[in-house]
Amino acid sequence: MLQIGNRDLAKYPFLAETGEYLRDKGFKIEQLDHPDWKPIMEKAYGRIIVATTGQIYGSDLKKFENLDTEILSFVIAIILLKSAGMNTLIKRFSLAEARRAEKFLQQDLHYGKDDTKLALPLKIIHDLFSVKVKIDGDNFVISIPDYLRRAIHFHEKEWKLVNRKVEGGFVFLTSHETVRLIRRELDGYINSKIQSLNTPSIPSSFKERVTDLVILAKKFSESTTVSTDYPPCIKHAIEVLERGENLPHSGRFMLATYLMAKGQTVDQIAPLFKNAPDYNERITRYQLEHIAGSSGKGTKYSCPSCDKLKSENLCFEIPECNGIINPIQFGKKRTSNA
Amino acid sequence: MLDKSVRFLEEAFKEYYFNNLQIIHVPTRPSEREFGYQKFNSGMTRHISLKNDNELHLLLMTQVPSDVYCSNAYYSFPNLPMQEKDWKEADLIFDIDAKDLHLDCRKEHTCYKCTSCKEITNDQTTCSECGSSKFETISTVCERCITESTKEVKKLLEILTDDLGIKSQEIAVYFSGNEGFHIHVTSKGYQNLDSRERAELADYIMFNGAIPETFGMSKQKSSKASFPHIDEKGWRGRIAKEILGSKTRSSKIIQELFSGGYSVFQLKLEDLKQRIGVRIDPKVTMDVHRIFRLEGSINSKSGLSKILCKDLDTFDPFSEACLIDDKKVEVIANSPISFRLKDEKYGPYINEKVSVPKYAAVYMICKGLAEVLQ
Ligand code: SF4
Ligand SMILES: [Zn+2]
Ligand SMILES: [Zn+2]
Repeated sequence: MLQIGNRDLAKYPFLAETGEYLRDKGFKIEQLDHPDWKPIMEKAYGRIIVATTGQIYGSDLKKFENLDTEILSFVIAIILLKSAGMNTLIKRFSLAEARRAEKFLQQDLHYGKDDTKLALPLKIIHDLFSVKVKIDGDNFVISIPDYLRRAIHFHEKEWKLVNRKVEGGFVFLTSHETVRLIRRELDGYINSKIQSLNTPSIPSSFKERVTDLVILAKKFSESTTVSTDYPPCIKHAIEVLERGENLPHSGRFMLATYLMAKGQTVDQIAPLFKNAPDYNERITRYQLEHIAGSSGKGTKYSCPSCDKLKSENLCFEIPECNGIINPIQFGKKRTSNA
Repeated sequence: MLDKSVRFLEEAFKEYYFNNLQIIHVPTRPSEREFGYQKFNSGMTRHISLKNDNELHLLLMTQVPSDVYCSNAYYSFPNLPMQEKDWKEADLIFDIDAKDLHLDCRKEHTCYKCTSCKEITNDQTTCSECGSSKFETISTVCERCITESTKEVKKLLEILTDDLGIKSQEIAVYFSGNEGFHIHVTSKGYQNLDSRERAELADYIMFNGAIPETFGMSKQKSSKASFPHIDEKGWRGRIAKEILGSKTRSSKIIQELFSGGYSVFQLKLEDLKQRIGVRIDPKVTMDVHRIFRLEGSINSKSGLSKILCKDLDTFDPFSEACLIDDKKVEVIANSPISFRLKDEKYGPYINEKVSVPKYAAVYMICKGLAEVLQ
């Protein structure tokens, strides 16, 4: 049996084993009122705040001061989040935690040349996502169907099966590629894990921070640009950016022109791009202003047609698109069911 | 097609089914599949459920369909409308059609039927009889068409077994009854792929979307050392073999290839795709709700049967799939193109009365090249 230690749980606190760890520690919600818990609660709060800014919390392994604090602050963070009940925060938090875990997974796969070190990351991938990864020399090998199910969500040509080493029903990947393949699911897993947890009432000493979180979340939802009324192509582009993945230029152009057509300003749109791997604030603003026609020659660009977006693989048509010819028209045909 | 010709075909099909019931079966897991059929001169009836051979045979004898189909998909409720069927999984299917190979022999066995006066000509400019310019295309296949399609099938089989790891027992190759082959794959791991995933698999098989980076060249830095060896597996190995031929690691050839730069390399890949990519119809592979001609049933476009090809190298559809009997029948044939069935050549015929075996009569009537006399 694979032994999962505290160090492992500090890296992957969302594992089921954390429950066991808490039982062993004699962790009880009722005790949280004790002043001893204050620092951990503050750390947990900090962990959430860091996540909401789109950064990754404490991913430097060497800086782990205390493994228990690491694990417990994750647990408390979830309790705080659940008490605040704000979905935007839970979403941001699970995304940030997923990216944090992703870094560890990648390190563990990469440096874990011997089997004992590889056992944990491979078990995580197998248990959480039912993907069986085999080792073949320097390669991580997964079945073609497992690969396809995930790789079709990537738009870069290098992810096409034809550009992969394929043999006998398997695809050969590097450690980095293996982790990239499952990163979306990692986020989804952590999110659903948080959603499904039942949290009891919290001690009064936590209340103040919970209120802070609610206020913070409200601020986000006011400025947030994501709306459920967006067509799938736009939603997809926003998702890609939120995950810190690369959105091709054509996708950024579509997103910017769409949002501008919906009356958003450069100031409102620019933050969307901050997770992009090549983000540069000055250049982004310049490009957006160019598209808006507020700089240079002043040509105002409009949102590309559905046909054009289809040809650029940016279209993710759903029945609600209902034969429209430009994403701008999405949702307009529907009558409100008041 | 004249009414009497339709009645003649119905009789011939019915007789065929009556005499060949022992070779016509429902596929595995019949109760999870959707069946469908068409009658002469009428629309498609779909969403039928058949539980066993008896129910299928009853349908054949009572409805006398021109064509019978069965889904590659498995459903909880195959007879409900599509949205309510509850799709479970589907066999993987590939379609290779001689039409899609664009062979130059095609013009020798293609003719055109004027849609207004039904006159048949060799080219489609304007009808010499009525001056109309609307035509229906009529084509047959020749030995060359079959040989070339067979080559595509073999390329496909190599990729299915070597690259995709599918066991040969899980692959069945069928002659479609008309101009090509259907390859059915029942391999557990691939059964539950959805349409987009199947499209990606089709791209792999067709060698679509390959980029120079995969073969050692990129816009920034190219590395001749990353060019594949001919003994590598998959597309890298195949590309190496195509480019190097027998000259293992000829650095001169690689040097030449790389010196052209990125876009030249990309064009080279496009070029090779025509030769080494398998020419399947990706729309067929992507479709997980389609119904396919049933094995053993007659294809009403030709009167030939869809049958399993046991040995591709010796397979001769013009005899093996020609299963209607040889009683002499008189027809008025108007076929500027000739064709061969059971090692006998027929045509060309210019609006003449001929007496031919029933299978040849059926073939011409199905193609729209003849009408029955009585
Ligand atoms: S159909 Fe148009 S609006 Fe709908 S996803 Fe495609 S591009 Fe977007
Ligand atoms: Zn005419
Ligand atoms: Zn031919």
